[in-house]
Amino acid sequence: MAKTDIGPPDYKTMLPPVIERNYGKWLYHEILKPGLLMHVSESGEALYSVRAGSPRLVSTDHIREICDIAEKYCNGYLRFTSRHNIEFLLDDRDQVEPLIAELKDRGYPVGGTGHAVTNVVHTQGWVHCHTPATDASGPVKALMDEIYDYFVTMKLPNHVRISLACCLNMCGAVHCSDIAILGIHRTAPKTDNARVPNVCEIPSTVASCPTGAIRGDMKNKTLTVNEEKCMYCGNCYTVCPAMPIADPDNDGISIWVGGKVSNARSAPMFSKLAIPFLPNNPPRWPEVVTAVKNILEVYASHARKHERIGEWIERVGWERFFSLTGIPFTDQHIDDFDLATETFRTSAQFKWR
Amino acid sequence: MTKPETPLLDELEKGKWPSFVKDLKQAARKNPMSEDLLGQLELSYKDKIGHWKHGGIVGVKGYGSGVIGRYSDRPDLFPHVQAFHTMRVNHPTGWFYKTDTLRKLCDVWDKHGSGLTNMHGSTGDVILLGTTTEHLQPCFNDLSDAGFDLGGSGSALRTPSACVGPARCEWACIDSLDLCYNLTLTYQDQMHRPMFPYKFKIKISACANDCVAAIARSDLSIIGTWKDAIQIDQKEVAAYAASINIQKEICDLCPTRCMEWNGKELKIADEDCTRCMHCINLMPKALRPGKEKGASILVGGKAPIVRGALLSWVIVPFIKLSPPYDELKSLIERIQDWWDEHGRSRERLGELIQRLGMRVFLKAVDLPAVPQMVKAPRTNPYVFFWPEDLNKEVK
Repeated sequence: MAKTDIGPPDYKTMLPPVIERNYGKWLYHEILKPGLLMHVSESGEALYSVRAGSPRLVSTDHIREICDIAEKYCNGYLRFTSRHNIEFLLDDRDQVEPLIAELKDRGYPVGGTGHAVTNVVHTQGWVHCHTPATDASGPVKALMDEIYDYFVTMKLPNHVRISLACCLNMCGAVHCSDIAILGIHRTAPKTDNARVPNVCEIPSTVASCPTGAIRGDMKNKTLTVNEEKCMYCGNCYTVCPAMPIADPDNDGISIWVGGKVSNARSAPMFSKLAIPFLPNNPPRWPEVVTAVKNILEVYASHARKHERIGEWIERVGWERFFSLTGIPFTDQHIDDFDLATETFRTSAQFKWR
Repeated sequence: MTKPETPLLDELEKGKWPSFVKDLKQAARKNPMSEDLLGQLELSYKDKIGHWKHGGIVGVKGYGSGVIGRYSDRPDLFPHVQAFHTMRVNHPTGWFYKTDTLRKLCDVWDKHGSGLTNMHGSTGDVILLGTTTEHLQPCFNDLSDAGFDLGGSGSALRTPSACVGPARCEWACIDSLDLCYNLTLTYQDQMHRPMFPYKFKIKISACANDCVAAIARSDLSIIGTWKDAIQIDQKEVAAYAASINIQKEICDLCPTRCMEWNGKELKIADEDCTRCMHCINLMPKALRPGKEKGASILVGGKAPIVRGALLSWVIVPFIKLSPPYDELKSLIERIQDWWDEHGRSRERLGELIQRLGMRVFLKAVDLPAVPQMVKAPRTNPYVFFWPEDLNKEVK
């Protein structure tokens, strides 16, 4: 019988000796160049971290290749970042350049540090999820191919966190990202009356709807959806498998901007709707890639140094965000859920140019 | 086996960014499950729809979480992914690895599963992507022998995660790694046997830069901060003046304008500082967090489902944190008890507080109201009073 509840391996056994010696004693760090951090300790010792991009969906053979590289240059010590980058950890400065050269040779993008686009946090999509409105790995790959240069350089006003969630469940919690790519449905679920009695609990399905659009039909032991009230969140489908909501012709992607989680300068904020809908066009989602790149580049050329996308928009105003990016403003941009009125303008202050 | 034709996915092998399709194909060469996954994904690219069925309860002995059931809706075409379950494996805190550990993980997964993984999933776990029902228990046994355990799923405590903390960051105000590992070990039962109204997430960032996005996506967010003055090394400030426009980039961007620079010396009105980290981020050699370090505790953060996304709310502006973290654990348990007692099915902590009121929550968990909890006091006159507040003023 296998042991249970042992918890994860103790992280202390995974730390390189240079970290063990200097744990909690780091004095400062410098970004020596894109993808290369140097942390210096009170003791004078330095730790070099070389950061490389990853598709996040990786095979065991790919992990073994990463291990080979880490063993060759870093005595087998590495870590992953909260945004799915790989970091090779070493204290021998002489090994840094050969490591970077080998990574580049093998096709690893080295970067994602400082004022850059770093790896895109994303979800499972069509690869392994039962509720997606779009794929995750595909749009991310297509986008990163196009904005690759912003990963391997540090020429943006500040860092830009891009995230993708393939439905409103948001496993990726993308709602506080500089740019969020969010899969959405646009049509109400279709109740499968024959299956409801076998696989669903009527009261809990009714209760799952945030807008009260679902009613129980006790006589026929099924559920009805008021399509005017449904805003396609898909929560009912999570509770009741007999209410499929995916719709190949109408599912797609929305784009959100200006969120952040860091407290630097401005408080953490949510991302706000920029583009209500773009179509799912696999394999390369050209409309999504173009839209995100446009927002990124308009930001890059208009924001002041150190401004995050949300801070830049707050300074120039939302009307100028829409005019500068050329994104049309629609009635979908005006909130009509709970607390909607908090976003309505209650002043006579406008920008016209 | 005939190789699946994948003209759409093949397009995504092109381009500079590392391709997940290469990894899928790498695994498909060795494993029929991954080969069928590739085929099914190509079908999704053609049909613009997912081909996975709704859940299904599967697991390993003694656990109610850690395994996510997954079944293909086209087993006729892709029999090897008829059952293709996910295992969530609790990552080493801070995502630090020695390669021998990683290699063991790879060996177990090649033996029992598809050979595909996510390094890592959104909650922080290693995601082992796809195996059959029969392989779940043997896979778990081998993982356990290799020193690994499952993470949380369903209505349970989800795998806690933490930033890199004092292992590599000069800004760490708390030992995020030790705290995360300690809580993970303490609450194994809550992680592995779902017993709550819904999921509960704990995330720990050792400073206000919040590298694990604790404030946005955890029911209980722990964020390092300090109380006393920023430590200044004036010599290093002067040295930064060569590469940074201190007036423009530091003083003018300080949200409270609490800094003055006269070309020689940087003065900080510490009573006005809100500890946002901007100046420290820009001049790490010259400025450091103060010495009186601790954390802020916030609750309620979540993604939109069901009643809208929430950022966590401050409930304890400052608490000192050191092992064995008894004060924090007592607070966590008071919070979870209240939520467990009053929460409806699939109601997150933040939504319960919205429904019953922060006032009721604070009283239940025995925390005093302090001004740091609000952006501003209320603007409406609909004020509740406790019965014990009444009649006291009458003479």
